[in-house]
Amino acid sequence: MTAPTDVAPAAGTTTMSYRQALHDTLRAELLRDENVLLMGEEIGRFEGSYKITAGLLDEFGPKRVKDTPIAEEGFTGAAVGAAMLGLRPVVEVMTINFSLLALDQIINHAAKIYGMFGGQAKVPLVIRTPGGGGQQLAATHSQNVELFYAFTPGLKVVAPSNPADAKGLLLAAIRDDDPVLFLENLALYNTKGEVPTDDTPIEIGRAAISRPGTDITLIGYSRTARMALEAADRLAAKGFSAEVVDLRSLRPLDRQTVVESVRRTSCAVVVEDDWLTYGIGAEVAASISDGAFDWLDAPVRRVAMAEVPLPYAKSLETAALPAVDDIVVAAEQTLRATGRG
Amino acid sequence: MDILMPRLSDTMEEGVVASWHAKVGDEVHAGEILVEIETDKALMEHESYQDGVLTEILVPEGGSADIGAPIGRMRVAGEPEQAAATPAGAAEGSAPAQPAAATTPSTPDTAAASAATPAPVAEPAAGADGARVRATPLVRRLARESGVDLGTLTGSGPGGRIIRADLDRAAPAPAAAPAPAAAVPAEQPAAVAVPVTEDDEVTPLGSMRRTIARRLTESARDTPHFYLTRTVDAGPMSELRAQLNAKLVAAERPKVSLNDIVLRAVAVALRQHPEMNSSFAGDQLVTHRRVHVGMAVATPAGLVVPVLRDADTRSLTDIAAAARELAGKARDRKLRPEEMTGSTFSVSNLGMFGVDQFCAVINPPEAGILAVGAVREEAGVVDGALAVVKRMTVTLSVDHRAVDGAQGAEFLRSLAHLLENPWLAVA
Repeated sequence: MTAPTDVAPAAGTTTMSYRQALHDTLRAELLRDENVLLMGEEIGRFEGSYKITAGLLDEFGPKRVKDTPIAEEGFTGAAVGAAMLGLRPVVEVMTINFSLLALDQIINHAAKIYGMFGGQAKVPLVIRTPGGGGQQLAATHSQNVELFYAFTPGLKVVAPSNPADAKGLLLAAIRDDDPVLFLENLALYNTKGEVPTDDTPIEIGRAAISRPGTDITLIGYSRTARMALEAADRLAAKGFSAEVVDLRSLRPLDRQTVVESVRRTSCAVVVEDDWLTYGIGAEVAASISDGAFDWLDAPVRRVAMAEVPLPYAKSLETAALPAVDDIVVAAEQTLRATGRG
Repeated sequence: MDILMPRLSDTMEEGVVASWHAKVGDEVHAGEILVEIETDKALMEHESYQDGVLTEILVPEGGSADIGAPIGRMRVAGEPEQAAATPAGAAEGSAPAQPAAATTPSTPDTAAASAATPAPVAEPAAGADGARVRATPLVRRLARESGVDLGTLTGSGPGGRIIRADLDRAAPAPAAAPAPAAAVPAEQPAAVAVPVTEDDEVTPLGSMRRTIARRLTESARDTPHFYLTRTVDAGPMSELRAQLNAKLVAAERPKVSLNDIVLRAVAVALRQHPEMNSSFAGDQLVTHRRVHVGMAVATPAGLVVPVLRDADTRSLTDIAAAARELAGKARDRKLRPEEMTGSTFSVSNLGMFGVDQFCAVINPPEAGILAVGAVREEAGVVDGALAVVKRMTVTLSVDHRAVDGAQGAEFLRSLAHLLENPWLAVA
């Protein structure tokens, strides 16, 4: 059986970093649509904590690239209002941890306004924000709370794992009329990949099969999708063919692609960068149970972060975060449970 | 959970159970002395780590065990009763625990920093009574589709779970079962000790062979068979076939066989004698309103019995076409389960092998099976003079619980009449 692949059939591609793909896409959208504007802490003069907005203040001026006070709730609320009145703000929240300060604006306002007011106002807002531990930023600056947003109807949540998807999904997010939380990852900014030169958005809500395989399905998103690819390489060296499903979008969740893959392989490991209990892996596992029950030859396994506030000490931080090793071990145990390991 | 022999000193390799402080069934609490262990150095008390009930003592007082080996078992508070433990040997495979995985709800304080890949909840061992077959959903679906009886398989997955690999080993191709499983729980045919020497070749049974063995053992053991044999004049049947086939060939249509005529005649006779189209079911007799004739087909993998549904309502050429298709599918192992279930009477024909007469074993829950021999030419008396005649011998096996001898004989008389006057069968 062959699995569909989602390699972009673009006419041309350029190799660039995830960071560069985001920068170039923001710039292209600022050029394309005068309603697009950027807001956030230190994104202008300082060019952004992670330099995604480098050079954009100089090029587009302070009306299009807005440095804000250190007040997440305030500037997120301002962006919600701007979006309701027709602008297309792209807010940078320095890390997803700080988005907690703006939870009320995001969950109670951005996500609700279109529905609660009978569709009178749309909220075409993008909140760009990186998650990701592993930088020794300690417990309050290393969380992956995208689940809070993926849990909330009225929002869309996308989580690209590579430069091409970063571009395609950012284009889609900016042009979408609903509020989109755009999850980046500190560990991915410097990763490189081929990026299509044309500006075709990627449909939000479609997972990608980033590597076809036949023995087991590995499912991840953002950093964990990349880890799953590495784990698949390691498993290939041991003679196992792992299929990798990159969710790309956490809401809406592409259950169909996941289920179809597991129907081909009969077993799965879900990898997430946040805590296990009640997590994204649980949702994916439940979807598999719903859609592929009669195809399962082993229980679905989950790999996630240890259920602790992430430690600062490097050794403990490394131990607590899911690693490629953990995926390989879980996959091997799963394959063994099906008599193939 | 297992109670393991603790490491009580650096040089200790094994310990002796000096005394148990609790009996099987006793409630024990975390911190209470559970067992006294004698090491190479000292006699030491070992406390229970958790609240629960001691369910089993594996190493009695005076016995010794290596460090880490289970010496007893306890059911921890909240643990379901039958999930007491897996056999020690299977523990590794069934619960590939990552020791520091901080996700077991009962031990939140062991949240050591380590990525969480929760071990599956401990697998309960298969029930001793085998009441519930443990199999993955995939295996259940495949078994359902291919008619494999999971009770005949041995699981090699965690906790004895039947996994796809077990099914593949048992039946490399989609397997077939000759008939639906009986309502009674499956029992294995009694194993007979067979002395094996180097001159013998030993072949493990595939699931199909096992099913045949089990079902026919059940039939021979539980069904009181009696046999009625009758020889019929096969001349008219052969003549009808020759005439019909000449016309069918001219019309470029497929030919019919003698067996097709027998199948048709059996179906008509069953319609005339519904008591033969029945099943004995304990305290009741089930008479089937529809006539579904099973036809035994020999395949390289074993006997299968595909079913001609409503055979009494189908024309001879229709039966011939269906029989040909089913036999082909049987040989290619492509029969679907629904094509092999629901027959109400069966026909087995060994005539093509030159067999004159034989007795067939009933295919439960049917009440009868007809064994058909070869058409043979022999000397006979026709109108007071010797002549060469064609004869065929059929033997009816009957379940005496459902049908009596006279009823069987009446059925056979009608069948013989139809076979000797085959135009009545096709009319």
